[in-house]
Amino acid sequence: MHKFSVSELSKGLKNRDFSSVELTQHYLNRIDHSDLNAFITVTEDLALSQAREADTMLAKGKANNLTGIPYAHKDIFCTKGIKTSAGSKILDSFISPYDATLSYKLNMEGMVMLGKTNMDEFAMGSSNENSYYGPVKNPWDKKRVPGGSSGGSAAAVSARLSAFATGTDTGGSIRQPASLCGITGIKPTYGRISRYGMIAYASSLDQAGPITQSAEDAALVLNTMAGFDDKDSTSVNRDVPDYTENLNNSIKGLRIGIPKEYFSEGLDDDIAKVILQSIKEFESMGAIVKEVSLPNSAYAVPTYYIVAPCECSSNLSRLDGVRYGYRCDDPKDLNDMYLRSRSEGFGEEVKRRIMIGTYALSAGYYDAYYLKAQKVRHLISEDFKKAFQKVDVIMGPVSPTTAFEIGAIKDSVSMYLADIYTLSVNLAGLPAISIPAGFSNNLPVGLQMIGNYWSEEVLLNTAHLFQTQTDWHVRLPENT
Amino acid sequence: MAWETVIGLEIHSQLSTKSKIFSGASTAFGAAPNTQACAVDLGLPGVLPVLNKEAVMMALRFGLAVNAKINQHSIFARKNYFYPDLPKGYQISQFEIPIVGQGEIEINTGEGGTKMVGITRAHLEEDAGKSIHDLYKDFTAIDLNRAGTPLLEIVSEPDMRNAKEAVAYAKKIHALVQYIGICDGNMQEGSFRCDANVSIRKKGSKKLGTRAELKNINSFKFLEKAINIEIERQQEILEDGGEVVQETRLYDAEKNETRSMRTKEEANDYRYFPDPDLLPVDIEDEMLTEIKNGLPELPTEKKNRFVSEFGLSDYDAENLTAQKSLADYYEAMLNDGAEAKLAANWVMGELTAALNTNQMDVQDSHISANELSELVKRISDDTISGKIAKDVFKVMWEGNGRVDDIIESQGLRQMSDVRAIEDIIDGIIADNSQQVEQFKAGNGKLLGYFVGQVMKATQGKANPKKVNQILNDKLS
Amino acid sequence: MSLEKKQVKEIAQLARLNISDSEALQTTTELNNILNLMAELSEIDTEDVEPMAHPLDMSQRLRDDVVSETDLSDDFQAIAPKTGKQHFLVPTVIE
Repeated sequence: MHKFSVSELSKGLKNRDFSSVELTQHYLNRIDHSDLNAFITVTEDLALSQAREADTMLAKGKANNLTGIPYAHKDIFCTKGIKTSAGSKILDSFISPYDATLSYKLNMEGMVMLGKTNMDEFAMGSSNENSYYGPVKNPWDKKRVPGGSSGGSAAAVSARLSAFATGTDTGGSIRQPASLCGITGIKPTYGRISRYGMIAYASSLDQAGPITQSAEDAALVLNTMAGFDDKDSTSVNRDVPDYTENLNNSIKGLRIGIPKEYFSEGLDDDIAKVILQSIKEFESMGAIVKEVSLPNSAYAVPTYYIVAPCECSSNLSRLDGVRYGYRCDDPKDLNDMYLRSRSEGFGEEVKRRIMIGTYALSAGYYDAYYLKAQKVRHLISEDFKKAFQKVDVIMGPVSPTTAFEIGAIKDSVSMYLADIYTLSVNLAGLPAISIPAGFSNNLPVGLQMIGNYWSEEVLLNTAHLFQTQTDWHVRLPENT
Repeated sequence: MAWETVIGLEIHSQLSTKSKIFSGASTAFGAAPNTQACAVDLGLPGVLPVLNKEAVMMALRFGLAVNAKINQHSIFARKNYFYPDLPKGYQISQFEIPIVGQGEIEINTGEGGTKMVGITRAHLEEDAGKSIHDLYKDFTAIDLNRAGTPLLEIVSEPDMRNAKEAVAYAKKIHALVQYIGICDGNMQEGSFRCDANVSIRKKGSKKLGTRAELKNINSFKFLEKAINIEIERQQEILEDGGEVVQETRLYDAEKNETRSMRTKEEANDYRYFPDPDLLPVDIEDEMLTEIKNGLPELPTEKKNRFVSEFGLSDYDAENLTAQKSLADYYEAMLNDGAEAKLAANWVMGELTAALNTNQMDVQDSHISANELSELVKRISDDTISGKIAKDVFKVMWEGNGRVDDIIESQGLRQMSDVRAIEDIIDGIIADNSQQVEQFKAGNGKLLGYFVGQVMKATQGKANPKKVNQILNDKLS
Repeated sequence: MSLEKKQVKEIAQLARLNISDSEALQTTTELNNILNLMAELSEIDTEDVEPMAHPLDMSQRLRDDVVSETDLSDDFQAIAPKTGKQHFLVPTVIE
């Protein structure tokens, strides 16, 4: 059953080929036997209770497309009455008193939440090694990382521990783990999905998205996730199309741009081969390939690693041990309470980014760092605007490497540099999807497609057609 | 050494919206602790702010009322610092681009003079919660009901030169915000808070001295005292050859002194940056026009109208228009036919005294405008004297009937019958020949004695005007 | 723009993070490595470029002034580290 896509499961449930309870129990068993450490909390009782309700709705013929489908929810989304940790010790004891809008929406759709997935602490990381709950293992090779920060979600989908998962992407945290785990992940246009209840890392970059087995599944799930929320000032009031409607449109004449800056010496040969091979696939379907230039690409890393830490240094100030979360034992006085609660509660990478952000915003440095970074951000966005005048979709790698070994990358800067292909997308607020496109040394390689604002349909259509002509997305890790 | 004082005021005016500036929690005063602090106000992980339209409208109303430049594109910024009653660890405020820019307001400098005081800017921000230190011995208790209440921070230019000017300015702003209905002005409840920036410099110097910021002032009386005591303190320091330290000082009303605040803002670097959870506030021209047209008559306009329309003195008009509710009360009396000057005296006299004694606002007056106008009319038409009217007023205040009923039941009608008064006066002249001679000899003060005798004979009911007139006739 | 240990301790206090003397040295090195990365930005000419605070070219939406929240203080206080008499409690603050 776990090899079925969401689309197949949806049909199967409607046909009563199996019940949601059966399906849910099946996944729960798989999770129980899994050593990937993909979950922080498994919500067994809740899942089964939701599954029973779903079965009732299905029996009455009142089900939606996703009613009864079990999913894994990234532990960055607040879930009422359920532990929400953001992968951090400081929220280890936090039972959220409210639901994120997204959590609420998925509940209303009748979906079944299997549990909260492991992640890099406060979404800061590219390997899921920064979690208070330990690293997550890549199902393709358990000595390796699944990517991050949505590592748990990606591993869960890749190992078919759930039908799909939710993720968040601030600098690549959906796309990169999707790439490293051989699955599909889309980050929609900034403002497409509500951020209310999604624990903030970098507010102007964060966006939620589905992590799925295929573009078709992603379209199905995005239909439910997307939409305006009046509780989120940055949510855009724009109609949600049926993302599944135009999946099979022909892409004849689609103009694909390949940024020359992405194919410099830094890129691994194997990966470059996979990417270029994939692009030929699109050409065979009638797409036209052109070279484009994104001249400020190289500045994406320093720009992001100023903007994001600045925003997060402020966003995380609320974690002070006063109203919720971790408070140190026997605080001597207020200052001691702040210092020890935060220092004992936050992991090293989080503390580093808070320090960088605090410094970059401080008196005398604001202009040189934050303001400068926001200007360069503008230039990076302009690069894309110009490119999209000539092409419809930009394609390239997701990650310069395949999954590396747990513990292999020890210094922050090297880790940051690996985000080179994904960061600019968040800086510009554009939608982008990562789909499995091949292998290198038996490890998955993802292809990234970046679209213009609000062009999720184009991305999903293009990705879906690729997936009708190739079978990378149905390959499974051994023994799945 | 001739010193010049330079004062600027920062006023935090709580806007009287129903809900908070960034959340839908209630702003009603007096609720049980933490019952009006929702998820957004508590700064729970993942919550987001959404801007209250009414707060924006109120800020614009203020800006237009002080002829300020309106920044039709303004930005919310985060002011970052740690304090237990600041849930998010930052306050959402406005920094580089506030919604209201440069404006000005006219104040009375006393002795009939006026002066324009500049307003540098006014911006929107959220209030913090309350820290209560005396509930527990070893803990500070935090109540977040107030967190998220909208504030308009009004910053004046350092244009004031003494405490009286500062108080005049504060009172003017206080009246204005109530006039335009954006703030209830209740200083006891903390809806209107004044901080004063005070510095001194040698007279003639262009350079500003080091300033101290005075906080914890919750009345106009204390504002004046705090500023004056601070001026003294700074003068002493400078005359001794010392230097004034730039710091925040708390005013202690009991000791009438200011002391340095062991500060939560010790060398604080607020690291302001635009709040990424909020977008720029863009105001359309139409909205501004709508607001401008909806502004009520402002205090200065009303005052001028009272002078020209009702023939009141500048002083009387100023007093009557200081509070909109009082001005409305007064005008209602005139609408009922009360005479302008007389009504003014009664409103500023007996009515205000009664309100002050009972510590109440004119809205809660025991005597309505209509009822007081009846009283005043009975003085104008000679039914009762002004003196008797004061007694009637007291009876009315106790809630014991309307004017005419009281006059009838207590037989207070004044005696205006000229014949009857003449008879009584004749009698008194006849019985007091000695005093009559002394009066005619030049002791004019004795007139009061005769009046007194007439009043005694008539139980105070003789019409004083007529008594005076007839006495003067008969004694001349 | 390289950091010194003293600065690092000041930043840590601003951010309410504990950095012991022994940790300070390592933190300073790590932070300086990251800052070197950012130094690249000074190469670019951004003279006439507007800063981009948001990917969206939108104005702030305004919410009607309506009370929409009810009293959930019990739920919120249930997850607090320390409460008393309906208040959140912290070690005494001296003002």
